[in-house]
Amino acid sequence: MNDIVGTMFNKSFMDELLKPQQLYSHRTLKTVLTRIAHASIMRLNPASMDRLYELMIMAFKYQVFLCPRPKDLLLISYNHIDTIRELVKETPVALNQVEEAHRKIIEVYTSLSEGEFQLLRQTLLIFLQDSHIRVSLFMKNKVQNPNGRFVLSTSGPVPHGIEVPGLIRMFDDKGKEVTRSEFPTGGSYTSPIREGSFELHGDRVIRLGLNMYTVNHPEETHTSKAAPVKADDTPNLLAKEELNQLARLMGSMKSESTPKSEPGFRINLFTTDEEEEEEEARTAGGAGEPLFGVINIQAMQDEQFATQLAQIAGQFADEGEQSDNPGSSSNKGDDLLDMMDQL
Amino acid sequence: MYHREKSIQIKNSASSLYNNLSVQRIAPRRLTYFTVVHANVVNMVSASWDGLNYSHRQLQSKEPNVATSTSLIMQAAFCVLPSRDLLVVTSQKGIQMYESDGSIMVYWHALDTPETPTAQAVFARGISAVWQNYICVGVSSGSILVFDIPTKGSNITLSEVLEEHKDPITDLASECSGSQECIADLVSADDVGNICVWKSGEEFQLLNKISGFDMTCSSVKLWKGTVVAGYGTGQIRIYEAVTGILHAEINAHARWIYSLDIAPFSGLLLSAAEDSLVRVWHLTLTPETNSVEVAHLHNECVTDTQICGAKFCDGDGYAFAVTGYDLSEIIRYTQT
Repeated sequence: MNDIVGTMFNKSFMDELLKPQQLYSHRTLKTVLTRIAHASIMRLNPASMDRLYELMIMAFKYQVFLCPRPKDLLLISYNHIDTIRELVKETPVALNQVEEAHRKIIEVYTSLSEGEFQLLRQTLLIFLQDSHIRVSLFMKNKVQNPNGRFVLSTSGPVPHGIEVPGLIRMFDDKGKEVTRSEFPTGGSYTSPIREGSFELHGDRVIRLGLNMYTVNHPEETHTSKAAPVKADDTPNLLAKEELNQLARLMGSMKSESTPKSEPGFRINLFTTDEEEEEEEARTAGGAGEPLFGVINIQAMQDEQFATQLAQIAGQFADEGEQSDNPGSSSNKGDDLLDMMDQL
Repeated sequence: MYHREKSIQIKNSASSLYNNLSVQRIAPRRLTYFTVVHANVVNMVSASWDGLNYSHRQLQSKEPNVATSTSLIMQAAFCVLPSRDLLVVTSQKGIQMYESDGSIMVYWHALDTPETPTAQAVFARGISAVWQNYICVGVSSGSILVFDIPTKGSNITLSEVLEEHKDPITDLASECSGSQECIADLVSADDVGNICVWKSGEEFQLLNKISGFDMTCSSVKLWKGTVVAGYGTGQIRIYEAVTGILHAEINAHARWIYSLDIAPFSGLLLSAAEDSLVRVWHLTLTPETNSVEVAHLHNECVTDTQICGAKFCDGDGYAFAVTGYDLSEIIRYTQT
């Protein structure tokens, strides 16, 4: 736990993330998250990592999609950070890193306008578009439909700062109200609840971003695809730029020496080893769509960390343009591979 | 009042962008064009009125020189001028103008993008044809670019840059009633809710500025000298353009409004928001008393969908079309 948090909240890594940059591709993001997951002695095989990534993407999508007001993206993030803080409160070094990162995030984001947050959210929604993987926990809680889409309620409290729909007011040319009338809204909306705190500590009020797993024993979570996801195999000219970005990120990630001799802790995300091998064979061959994978999330916080990173990684996404590298050499790919070997 | 018709399938799902649907009726050919933006692609569908023929086309955002960066499209809109129709596409890199069937690109204007990424995003957004021969496009700096459009050919030039807004432009709209008597030709809105009213010409003239209240005005329309504006608070406000007098305020939606449209011949108003609802209203203007009346007529709920585009398909408002985030169809409704 401390290893993962320590890597994720590493100062240089955070600084790199907080620079204005373009949105990552799914491939890049998955690589970064895999790297973080493996910062501890935990090992995930590719098929399990795929499942975990799908789960993280859908949880992230749920939070961004249902975010009541654009700036509530911050409150959701602060829910994540608050929970992480609680988990590492016994480890001063990690706790300090989390506090520092939280402070920096507050510094960078508090001054953004609602319009800018909405643009940020719109960009994240583009990244999350067309993912309709069904998550059994969401379906059980009735927040996701069998077709993979999230439920959007037309009842309940309106977000803070929004008026309850239903009223039409008309004014004369002196600005005096002359009539008011009501119209049927087709929903049943109520007044907003109080606003959450954007400070370092405080009640966030909003429930999105809190731990989805309500009890502290492992939950089985099934993910399955609602519709075929088309795999884009065309060579991507963006790949070179992304690898450069990845190289920068990895360069600033603290490299923990993992003793290769020890087998370490192996997470089996399938019920039997045979099933796992079978799954690997299927996906490795590129034969078709992966089947259901059962993820026994033993350490339930892991998914949350990764979601948190995805959240943070995504949050800086739309800020500004990607820089051109006019002097980039053709050996960038080789450089990256060398660096990854050293890590 | 309206019932749902058969949807039109599109090649990609719609992205969550303001005003993400544009419609153009081509009466002589009994066709209607629709455009919906998905990330860096514009999906165009041409639908015949008899409902039998659909043809699709996709336009990519243009990235000059550098093949390694993406350019997200912010908006695509048809611009109808007396002499010609163009399809304008605005992105993070610049402005593309096509013949309205999407067949040929006739003009490209690159935005000044910084060398290294900055905290402020750079993009163009907000598109409107104005009067006889102008197309105006908004920019994230708050500037509005005025392009002079010749009756044919590609000799399009940047005629003027209007610097009044200090925040990213969200939407532009021109007077749609067809009336020659209106003084104001163009209205512009931005990310903090400021609205400017302009008169077009060789030099555009600022007629009025209506201050916002720190909340994005995501969609705006101008009809018979009346500004109709939709906000992130879910409210619709109706102002007299030239004086800024507030005629009416509607607490219309429970979430951010993403699209407004007016059917100029009937005064029907369409509003759509992230709360999954589309609402139809009726505006009555009484010039003698300088008053505007608003009546609510109809609601449509697009279940579990955050709506991002809604437009009438004709000047009377007999039919309208809707797009939603993550939805790969254009939903249509017609009057019963």
